[in-house]
Amino acid sequence: MSLAARYLEDNGIPTVVFGCARDIVERCGVPRFAFSDFPLGNPTGKPYDLDMQRHVLSLGLDLLVNATAPGTTVVTPYEWSADHSWKDKVLTKAQPFLSPEDTRKWLESKEAYRALKAAGKI
Amino acid sequence: MSHESGSHVRYIDRTRAYYQAEGYDKPYEWAHFDDIPFTPFASVGKPLSQCRVGVVTTSEMARRGAEAGPDDPRRLVYALPTDIPVEELYSRKAAYDRYATTLDDVDSYLPLTHLQHFVAEGRIGAVAPRFQMIYSEYSHRKTLTIDAPEILKQMREDRVDVAVLTAV
Repeated sequence: MSLAARYLEDNGIPTVVFGCARDIVERCGVPRFAFSDFPLGNPTGKPYDLDMQRHVLSLGLDLLVNATAPGTTVVTPYEWSADHSWKDKVLTKAQPFLSPEDTRKWLESKEAYRALKAAGKI
Repeated sequence: MSHESGSHVRYIDRTRAYYQAEGYDKPYEWAHFDDIPFTPFASVGKPLSQCRVGVVTTSEMARRGAEAGPDDPRRLVYALPTDIPVEELYSRKAAYDRYATTLDDVDSYLPLTHLQHFVAEGRIGAVAPRFQMIYSEYSHRKTLTIDAPEILKQMREDRVDVAVLTAV
């Protein structure tokens, strides 16, 4: 996603990325980044909180217009919850990113992609 | 492990530790660049209220009731119309924090409803007729040589002025 933003920007289209993985997006480096310190999944506001969603989008559009330098991050002013314990077990043995079923599908799709690539079809 | 407010999750470190523990010896190389491209908004040459906004997401959207078909192993960029009511859309994305949240509310990661409201209110000029799905890829090369050029091509066809990208 960050690479796509860079590509569009490089080709004359101003971009703003909404995301929740600050370290990954900032390591890559994108022109404009609206960061919400939320679990991965809701980069434009909490589910069913329409006022928050509207505000997060609005902040991102302001950033799109007003940023004067590349690599500008705006942190949206919301907490997922007062309790930050949701962060503790992210991507650990207790809370793997993918379920066993989804891991199997991911490995299968990776193999299928490799086969297509080896056959020169991609 | 405890987190103070303002201390975001270090996903790169977590991913490295997780896959190392799973027996993968070579850590994933996250994309990193020293330089960042920049197109100032002023170069668009018109106010946001006259701009057509393109939308890109990693949320792997599909349309309810439509035949989803087999997964495309090539994982190519695909597009759907932006005027589909969000109630008719759902995400097939597996990789999100399923312990803490859900993808049941489309506008929490693909803000089509709010963008349409902003059009009605005159904040933005228009929403592009279609939005693009891009897969989160292992291969930087694929993203840069296949996926991103396809998105640019579609956005140029749709005369997109600025783009909103949402990373799920």
